[in-house]
Amino acid sequence: MKKDLVIIGGGPAGMAAAVAAYEAGIKDILILERDNALGGILRQCIHNGFGLHRFGEELTGPEYAYRYEKMVNELGIPYMLDTMVIEVSADKVVTAMNRENGIFSIQAGAVILAMGCRERPKGALNIAGARPAGIFTAGTAQKFVNMKGYMPGREVVILGSGDIGLIMARRMTLEGAKVKAVCELMPYSGGLARNIEQCLNDFNIPLHLSHTVVNIHGRERLEGVTIARVDENRRPIKESEEYIPCDTLLLSCGLIPENELTKGAGIALDRVTGGASVNGERETEIEGIFACGNVLHVHDLVDYVSEESAIAGKAAARYILGNSNKEISITLCTDGRVRYTVPQRLTEVADTSVYFRVADVYRDAKIVVRDGDRVIISKKKQRLAPAEMEKVELTKDVIASLSGGELSFSIEI
Amino acid sequence: MAKERLLTCIVCPRGCQMKVLLSDEGAPISVEGNFCKRGVTYANDECTNPKRTVTSTVRCKSGAVVSVKTDTTIPKGMMFEVMAEINGVIAPDEVSIGDIVIANVCGTGANVVATSNTK
Repeated sequence: MKKDLVIIGGGPAGMAAAVAAYEAGIKDILILERDNALGGILRQCIHNGFGLHRFGEELTGPEYAYRYEKMVNELGIPYMLDTMVIEVSADKVVTAMNRENGIFSIQAGAVILAMGCRERPKGALNIAGARPAGIFTAGTAQKFVNMKGYMPGREVVILGSGDIGLIMARRMTLEGAKVKAVCELMPYSGGLARNIEQCLNDFNIPLHLSHTVVNIHGRERLEGVTIARVDENRRPIKESEEYIPCDTLLLSCGLIPENELTKGAGIALDRVTGGASVNGERETEIEGIFACGNVLHVHDLVDYVSEESAIAGKAAARYILGNSNKEISITLCTDGRVRYTVPQRLTEVADTSVYFRVADVYRDAKIVVRDGDRVIISKKKQRLAPAEMEKVELTKDVIASLSGGELSFSIEI
Repeated sequence: MAKERLLTCIVCPRGCQMKVLLSDEGAPISVEGNFCKRGVTYANDECTNPKRTVTSTVRCKSGAVVSVKTDTTIPKGMMFEVMAEINGVIAPDEVSIGDIVIANVCGTGANVVATSNTK
């Protein structure tokens, strides 16, 4: 089989990329989705707060996903569900499998990687103690409650203050569970301020910053956890240990872009983002293979996933039509306070939004962008936090005026 | 003496940190720190009659689960009452986005509507 464009993943990133590529003139598209419906993780994110930027109204996750599913269907863009991609090669052969067709290969003109991300699992957290039932990632619990209608437990402790954990604190509480505490290893929250307010404060759920779970108790089923305060080196302080009886521990300790296929294609990953390194077109280091959405870097808002995926979709269309924008030899570098940038490299012609995250909470700071010694952007910010993705706009005129070499992004206090 | 109240705006993901000046009677006099005017509305509501949107799920006859929301905000203090009513109903097997599952839930004037399609 041959296809102009194969998109791996039918979540918000894959669908937005497909719609943008179609509108840019590429009709021979195939979306491959491993789940039994389009929509990706939005299907289980039944809370509201999506779409304010993209659609100018507040939608729930399933409603946001449906807007794109409808566009995909109205444009007649083909997709295969229950289909797992097992390999992508550097020369853009996509190998996939499903029950109907067995294993099959597609030679693609261009590939867009839109596989999303997954949660950091309990095995990666090295918590001491027993391994009873009752320990879930927040997203697994979310799927049980919102998609299957099952409650994973009644008395809950949540480790990690990522947004999914906060959302699940509220969800479990509304369904009658008692959420006893949210523990966050860092001295600041990993989630958005609005979620601390409406998911924890509304229900008087305590948030323990600089705390972690140091022991898990129970044989068959979780019976309780021991939590402790941590010092500035994130080492637990023995004297501060406290036992909390609970039958459920939810983990909301970070998201990891799901890049096994990317690695298999021989594309090196950015060590900070866990995703591919891309240029302004969201093109990876292999020509014609693009990446967008949470597989590239973890976003806070689906609205920005859609925006980024439209960039990748349009760029893939240009690549297939043989009029790609050229990459220019300018590398974006960071000062450590800025942890990374996406894109990592620039492309000529196009206005480019550069997204990044910071390493710590900074107050009354400035985002400074320098071309060599020349300051080209200086933007004051009251507050910068790791949980909140930042954005700087580089117009094509600014990009054309760059002297070349390095463009540095820093935070100055 | 006027009192101050600090609020985190929940209207959008920006999460503005706002300072509300309140009269002795607790009525909002002024709002600071908001980026847009929706922040003022939220702050005024939050200090007089706080409101929330409730999202949840409803079981269908077939046993499938369909996601729902209140189509407008409801008084914050009534969230659990609204949840009890939501958990007491069974939706038909065929539901589409926007279909009313419960009209005027708990007399709040808000409808509980489906946010996903069953099929």
